[in-house]
Amino acid sequence: MSSAVEQVTPREITTEPRRSDRVFRGIVTAGGFSSLLILGLITAFLGYRGFEVILEEGFGFITNSDWSITTDEAGNVVESNFGLAAMLVGTILCAFIAVIIAVPISVFSALFLNFYAPNWLKRILIAIIDLMAAFPSILFGIWGFLVLMPSVEYWAKLINKYLGFIPLFEVKPYFVTRSPFVAGVVLAIMIIPIITSVSREVFAQAPLDRIQAAYALGATRWAMIKAVVIPHGRSGVIGGAMLGLGRAMGETVAVFTVLNIVFQVNWHVLLGAGGNVASLIILKFGDASPYEIKALMAAGLVLFVMTLGVNALADFIVKRTGKSGR
Amino acid sequence: MTTIPTPRKPWAATPKDRVRDLAILIGALVFTYYFVEITPMNGKLAYFSIFFLVYATFSGTYQGIKRGSAAAKDAIVNSIVVVGAVATLIPIGSILATVISKGYKGISFNLFTTDMSMATPTDPLTNGGILHAISGTLIMVLIALIISVPLGILTALYMTEIKGRFMRPIKFLVQAMSGVPSVVAGLFILSAILYPITKSFSGFMGALALSILMIPTIARTSEEVLLLIPSDLREAGVALGGTQWRTVAMIVLPAARSGLITAMILGVARIAGETAPLLLLTGGGDKVNGNPFSGPFGSLPYYIWKSFNSGSEEAITRAWAGLLVLIVIILILFISARSLSSRKVKR
Amino acid sequence: MTSAEMLTPENPKVLGTGLEARGVHAWFGKNHVLSDINLNFAAGTVTALIGPSGCGKSTFIRTINRMHEFIPTAAMAGEVFLDGKDVYASGTDVTKIRLKIGMVFQKPNPFPSMTIGENVLSGLKLAQLKVPNKDDLLEECLTRAGLWKEVKDRLSAHGGSLSGGQQQRLCIARSLAVAPQVLLMDEPCSALDPGSTLRIEETIRELSDSMTIVIVTHNMQQAARVSDYTAFFLSDGGPGEMIETAPTSEIFSRPKDKRTEDYVTGRFG
Repeated sequence: MSSAVEQVTPREITTEPRRSDRVFRGIVTAGGFSSLLILGLITAFLGYRGFEVILEEGFGFITNSDWSITTDEAGNVVESNFGLAAMLVGTILCAFIAVIIAVPISVFSALFLNFYAPNWLKRILIAIIDLMAAFPSILFGIWGFLVLMPSVEYWAKLINKYLGFIPLFEVKPYFVTRSPFVAGVVLAIMIIPIITSVSREVFAQAPLDRIQAAYALGATRWAMIKAVVIPHGRSGVIGGAMLGLGRAMGETVAVFTVLNIVFQVNWHVLLGAGGNVASLIILKFGDASPYEIKALMAAGLVLFVMTLGVNALADFIVKRTGKSGR
Repeated sequence: MTTIPTPRKPWAATPKDRVRDLAILIGALVFTYYFVEITPMNGKLAYFSIFFLVYATFSGTYQGIKRGSAAAKDAIVNSIVVVGAVATLIPIGSILATVISKGYKGISFNLFTTDMSMATPTDPLTNGGILHAISGTLIMVLIALIISVPLGILTALYMTEIKGRFMRPIKFLVQAMSGVPSVVAGLFILSAILYPITKSFSGFMGALALSILMIPTIARTSEEVLLLIPSDLREAGVALGGTQWRTVAMIVLPAARSGLITAMILGVARIAGETAPLLLLTGGGDKVNGNPFSGPFGSLPYYIWKSFNSGSEEAITRAWAGLLVLIVIILILFISARSLSSRKVKR
Repeated sequence: MTSAEMLTPENPKVLGTGLEARGVHAWFGKNHVLSDINLNFAAGTVTALIGPSGCGKSTFIRTINRMHEFIPTAAMAGEVFLDGKDVYASGTDVTKIRLKIGMVFQKPNPFPSMTIGENVLSGLKLAQLKVPNKDDLLEECLTRAGLWKEVKDRLSAHGGSLSGGQQQRLCIARSLAVAPQVLLMDEPCSALDPGSTLRIEETIRELSDSMTIVIVTHNMQQAARVSDYTAFFLSDGGPGEMIETAPTSEIFSRPKDKRTEDYVTGRFG
């Protein structure tokens, strides 16, 4: 086509909304931005309250693990040290243990729900698992402490006995009560329903025509799942696992009840000395001085940013599945 | 007319298949029992894992001999998948069983008629009750609903009706907000309102923190519901000359009513047992307090927490009883949400 | 080409002794969708199943390779014999049946996560079969499906990068890799343009030397072009039935049944 052809400029179509609609759209848009406002305010206020401590401690707020306040006889603060390192390491450690335990169980139970269970059973199980996702964390905490912990400690001893030569499973001194492993198992039980339902949904979207193609080629059920369902759902499952990770990192009460909080960086998962930022806040809040409260606010800010990051990553990964999973 | 044969399902398991499966199962059980007996192993975990291994091996070997290695793998994965489902269900079974068996001992008439103002958690169970806790939770949930339902539904409307430029970022922010740790929501209210303005614990502070946790649940569920409303309904409204505002208010929202109620119920279920922010904000009173704006304010989670940490046998029974009440509430909320949403599907 | 020649093929590649459906019925729940189908597919022939939509053609071929049973409410009656053995006999390994009876679907459905080469050989992986030389097999299957020249330089590209017609031939190559005796094709060209359709029809003709092919089609010219036999299915509101079967030339030139004549002359359907 030559350039002699005159370009047709598209006519612009504009709708002038009526006043009532403009008001309506304004209100709805304002409401829509409430989440931005709230998240912004959280960052601003926690930052505002905590910045004094963060300035004082500098980078050490994240790299030191000492959390202490020295007062003289009159009760005046002589010296204070606030470092989150042990708590951060503990938070990450517990959350990772939880995800490592929860992901395989969730993936298999999601596969069971989608491809193995008869329809009536599937419906019941989905209802039960959704219900479990709504259980309050205090319930998991108390049940975990009173019912689960003895068994998990027994498992911990077994792991230590047979795998203790691996540094990760070393326990020195021998003290396995309220270890990160225990907290991780409780957290795993809490996030299994979340990861299961995310995985179930992405598996259910596996393209039916590919599933049939696999079966028509003489595939067994597992061969079909491996060839079609898993490649399709992989990044969705990873996204679900990240959501679970975010939940596990922010969990407070359930971890507080089953974890022994020690201000010392500990990577030995079976040793009864752990840390958790959220639990630290509950632990220290009761009798904290105004200045220590500021430190707790700063800790809250760190936790907030951390979970936000994990959630953003989860969101990104899940979105990418939507595009590639044709 | 030819005679029509009876429909068959030749692919369904025959009695012979069932007998064979049962035989493998029983064989694995017997083998597991003796194997665990003669070795130094013991405990539920040993039985469970050995049984799983033995069963997977038995069925895998059988299928392998009969149908080849692909079938063997399939049979082994069959057992693994079932183990995954069982491992998901064991905790929930254990949780429900424990809460019911330990909690019912603490349930009595006075539990629902008195508060803890004249009792301590370690008192005999005939003393005191959870009236203050139930009323407190109820009031806080109501306030949280009043705040978060409009915000949540407006957010959902922004994403389904206005579909503005910021739809994607807002969708992400709602998602991010649902991941805000509850303790952070508590700290935020503490830093933004309690310290600078009210300077005292109250139920209202707790309700504000709960709203933050509730908004994303309501927003996301409402969005899903509103997306299900067929767009020709909206077009019909606009084509009749209605403004968008009237179309939404008179057609879209009423059509989505039961779904929106489901969203609210799920939101309530999400926050009813939330504990951490209440520990920071409410002060946890022991007395029935009808005024959420002043004075320490009781709540079910706070009561459970306090009783649990008191440590005596009575106190722990109190905690279980409180948990039982909490679970029953959540269960009722859940069942009503389900029945509402299933009714909508039928219509 | 007359159909009589095809009845006794001399090609040594022909596998098996053909396929026979005897008194096949099918149901979805209470809904009787297919009634009393008796059809004999001689080895090495192409049979076209024609008829208006909803007459049970697709359901019928899905009963042959036992894909019918994936619908939870499905039921059936009758027998399907492959090499004289009922594929529904108790104790039959259904995955082995599907290896012997391949299937090509309406829409091309290569596995999106696999490359072109992996797609062709996916059947071996899925069923855990071993072959002495994968490269030879790959080339052979792609050549027989008429795709080798177009893709030989990009075997490691993803299947989705091909055009629709190429994807469909890739799916045919994928079915060939497990050496089926029978190939079922469920409207394989309905989603394709005329050029691609022609290529696939050529492929079908070439494959018919070495296997038994059953093709469902809405396109009567296609049936006339590729098939040796044609069976006409019809549903008058009740379950689908087979009205007539005969060598293709006869069906189109002098059908016995009035309804067949109405359909092939385009008076309805």
